[in-house]
Amino acid sequence: MTAKTVLNEAHRALGARMVDFGGWDMPINYGSQIEEHHAVRQDAGMFDVSHMTVVDLHGERVRDFLHRLLANSVDKLTEHGKALYTCMLNERGGVIDDLIVYYLGEHFFRVVVNAATREKDLEWIARQAKAFDVEVRERSDFAMIAVQGPSARGKLIGLLAEVDRERIEAMGKFHAAAAQALHGVPLFVARTGYTGEDGFEVMVPEEHAVELWQALVEAGVRPAGLGARDTLRLEAGMNLYGQDMDEDVSPWEAGLGWTVAMDEERDFIGRGALEAQKEQGVKRRMVGLVLDEKGVLRHGQVVLTDAGEGEVLSGSFSPTLGKAIALARVPTGELGDVRVAIRNRELPVRVVKYPFVRDGKPREGI
Amino acid sequence: MSEIPGDLKFLKSHEWARLEDDGLVRVGISDHAQSQLGDLVYVELPEIGSRVGPDNGCAVVESVKAASDVYSPVNGEVVAVNEALDDSPESINEDAFGEGWIFVVRPDDKSELDELLDPEAYAELIEDEDH
Repeated sequence: MTAKTVLNEAHRALGARMVDFGGWDMPINYGSQIEEHHAVRQDAGMFDVSHMTVVDLHGERVRDFLHRLLANSVDKLTEHGKALYTCMLNERGGVIDDLIVYYLGEHFFRVVVNAATREKDLEWIARQAKAFDVEVRERSDFAMIAVQGPSARGKLIGLLAEVDRERIEAMGKFHAAAAQALHGVPLFVARTGYTGEDGFEVMVPEEHAVELWQALVEAGVRPAGLGARDTLRLEAGMNLYGQDMDEDVSPWEAGLGWTVAMDEERDFIGRGALEAQKEQGVKRRMVGLVLDEKGVLRHGQVVLTDAGEGEVLSGSFSPTLGKAIALARVPTGELGDVRVAIRNRELPVRVVKYPFVRDGKPREGI
Repeated sequence: MSEIPGDLKFLKSHEWARLEDDGLVRVGISDHAQSQLGDLVYVELPEIGSRVGPDNGCAVVESVKAASDVYSPVNGEVVAVNEALDDSPESINEDAFGEGWIFVVRPDDKSELDELLDPEAYAELIEDEDH
């Protein structure tokens, strides 16, 4: 059975091409994926991300619980509304999912996890929560719209109640706050995203989602599908769960070492395995690839290096660069001249530091 | 969906073939195929002089989303390729049955065209696919 978000009809009315995404009937594009991509880089676009799973965690020991559950440390969250990107690991140090956690009160945190991993995540979180007497409440009453691009914030702020505008305008990156839309609709507005552009991810009660979506269309925000979302996040060097990492890959091997907080003695799940891996030497690492020749890098292609074979994880044509880019996992060690096997040919690629695109422009040297 | 020109024949894998006045067969992919693939970003053309046919992929069309092999609906030899696609693969999105042609074949046996789907049969095929 395919699930539908509350915006399904709105997508179809806009002529969206729909695809199955992790059991959800979602828009892949509304015509041209490349035009939608450019709209987000240059102006403002929006994505229906209502399929993502919002979970509220309540309890007196919720902070202790998150110390245990997450590889990053919620002690970095001191201001109300602050958000943190982190992985949730298994005992082997493999990534169960990546997520964003919001600090909403000493006894109240909110997490947003991936749609495709919803069931196992909820099961895992509930299982770990028991010992801490934390209540795990899924918020399927929310729809979520990501409004992204250099003009995105202004366009959403124009739809907020007068009294909230200045406060939301001044809100820093990776912060969230409650606000009201014009007719008093309660929103949860987070300055986060998955495109590398500034913007907001907005949680809205399901029954008001269509109204907000239409108001954004009228404000000149261009609807964009999951296709553009994928090329945007890849250009921004952001991992996609299931493709760039999974339960058999540690954060060290997925370019996510920066999200692991080895703060003193905090006994988070997977810590032992991560320490052991580091001690023995991490065998694989993530790199960015750029293909200057014609062709497209794709998931599953073999990467040939002096240190051995690797594989392309996320690969696509980059609309901003006009050529193919990829995230690839390769053996650690000297790589030498790197090639990718595409059909019956070996094409030379450049190994680069990602993100590939920053502030709407290719990064220097890419 | 644009109208399917009446002088075309189709493979089930969505290539079209048009017999031209000089006895050569022009080949491309259908409008339905381009809309399924989405924005095209790269076309790998066959070599002029190469032998092609319905059993072996001889060209590749790549969209942002996916790569897809292209087959020649008839056996024969490639005599021309659409080099304009190197710079503007999007011609296939814009005009799949015209400017977006991919290559031209000198067929071994023109009667092979008779075995292909006519526009009505092809229209039915894609309608079934959509349901």
